[in-house]
Amino acid sequence: MGYILRRLVATLPVMAVVAIVVFLLIHLSPGDPAALIAGDLATEEDIRNLRETLGLNQPIWQQFMIWIGKLATGDLGTSIFTQVPVTTLLGQRIEPTLSIALVTMLITVVLAIPLGTLAAYRAGSLIDRLVMIFAVLAFSVPAFLVGYLLIYGFAIRLPWFPVQGYVGFSEGAGPWLRSIVLPCVNLALVYIALITRMTRATVLEVLHEDYIRTARAKGLGVLSVLLHALRNAAVPIATTVGMGIALLIGGVVVTETVFAIPGAGRLVVDSVQRHDYPVIQSVLLLSAGVYVIINLLIDLSYRLFDPRIQY
Amino acid sequence: MMPSSAPSALKNAPPGDGTVFVPPRWRWARKHPTLILGAVLLLVVAFVALAAPWIATHDPQDIDPLARMQLPSSEHWFGTDALGRDVFSRTVWGGRVSLIVGISVASVSALLGVVLGLLAGFVRRLDGIVMRIMDGLMAIPGILLAIALMAVIRASLTTVIVAIIVPEVPRVVRLVRSLALTLREQLFVEAAHAVGTRLPTILLRHVLPNMVAPLVVQATFIAASAVLLEAALSFLGVGVPPTTPSWGNMMAEGRNFVAVAFHIILYPGVLLAVTVLAINLLGDGLRDALDPRLARQL
Repeated sequence: MGYILRRLVATLPVMAVVAIVVFLLIHLSPGDPAALIAGDLATEEDIRNLRETLGLNQPIWQQFMIWIGKLATGDLGTSIFTQVPVTTLLGQRIEPTLSIALVTMLITVVLAIPLGTLAAYRAGSLIDRLVMIFAVLAFSVPAFLVGYLLIYGFAIRLPWFPVQGYVGFSEGAGPWLRSIVLPCVNLALVYIALITRMTRATVLEVLHEDYIRTARAKGLGVLSVLLHALRNAAVPIATTVGMGIALLIGGVVVTETVFAIPGAGRLVVDSVQRHDYPVIQSVLLLSAGVYVIINLLIDLSYRLFDPRIQY
Repeated sequence: MMPSSAPSALKNAPPGDGTVFVPPRWRWARKHPTLILGAVLLLVVAFVALAAPWIATHDPQDIDPLARMQLPSSEHWFGTDALGRDVFSRTVWGGRVSLIVGISVASVSALLGVVLGLLAGFVRRLDGIVMRIMDGLMAIPGILLAIALMAVIRASLTTVIVAIIVPEVPRVVRLVRSLALTLREQLFVEAAHAVGTRLPTILLRHVLPNMVAPLVVQATFIAASAVLLEAALSFLGVGVPPTTPSWGNMMAEGRNFVAVAFHIILYPGVLLAVTVLAINLLGDGLRDALDPRLARQL
């Protein structure tokens, strides 16, 4: 219990730094933030009004306190471009992003862990070498090239999946799944490479342990031995899954553009071109929050994998 | 990697002997095939990019409305884009952007990372604050942080480089700090301290030389990730100005013509992939050659 509390408290400075970085973003720009937001066509008066409404004429620490106070009540501000509250805007965009991220994670965990275990068990074999070559390639070939190759192959040449776009879950699970299969495969490749490599390395190490030899010696089957090993390798693998969340969130931004999916990632990119800072700040803050919380939960779950861990 | 060459080596071996004679200077190369492959590939890409003015068959900016979206031909080796510009020439020139980004991000990140990491590792008062800031920066996905930075600074090659350096620095800081914590307890550092050597001298003479190998490896991987990140930013339309022929920009321009002119994004994409692959192979090779223990850490 004490550990959980301490671990929870430890996330506070991280989130504080994130909040300060995100807040200072606007003030990092060399010029007047109000002029930057207003754009090139704004008149002197537009800029003055904007400065007033955004509270940019107050001392910086005061602006920060007001901003934090609003965040605490769940107010992420109003989009400058659409004049819609950011929470509403994000609400409209979050479904495709969440769908893709969750299905990708599912695909990854289901494929990468057995693949990595197999590669470790047959270390040095053809399968192992193929898996490692795949991992190097997945890290090197840009995701957007793979995305277009998938579109070209499986949507244009072989019209199995829609070329682009997203179908909401409310319009039926079949069409929904069909619309996210290619984006998820695209996004999963890097993630699979990451987890497979980590699983292989950890399982390989565990397989040299004495208790594995004992397990084999007493006649356990391959599967039980591997499960035995996997359980002991679970903690580093889970950590990598958590760290990979950053990769996943970053990947979603690119994948949504390739597949023309109106998700939160596309929203950020559009917001950059519109100088819509409240939206950019909110997405940054939320994605960091998701990353920190998931990694916290993974940290706390170590005991489930390994009862020897004492907090 | 070695077993792959074993059968052929055995076949050529004289009877009664298990090995072939390999000149000593080649032995090292045969031990590290990934390193050699990566270095050679990278040299080819670098040569092509540096020699762009002589290799390119056309002016990369030349618009030809009569020759739009042509398939590859003897006149236009990689075809033409939506404005009739020569894709081959643009691809060749585009390599320069990637190389500049890779080299500058890797070196500046390494430099900043070393300074901050040594401060965190050797100055106890600064450790907490530096590492908390790094933790915070690492919690924001790198590409999102770079995108957000590009929103506040005017797009140019320099600002893109800065926007990529910010998310990369914490990775170096973490590595340097963890190395510093180990080195700090080493006998030779303690001894230097005991005879009254000043801290800056200890750092420069005793600590830094022991960090070079892992740092070089880490910098290589950062270069690979920077090249990919620049291409991604440009592809999303928030990278280098669209007038600059960069691989990411070319792919962004070809985005709407995938069905009719796939070659516009295919060639710069493949070149990008080959470049990143070369850097990654180089990194893997360097890691194995310089410090096998690192294989687990990275």
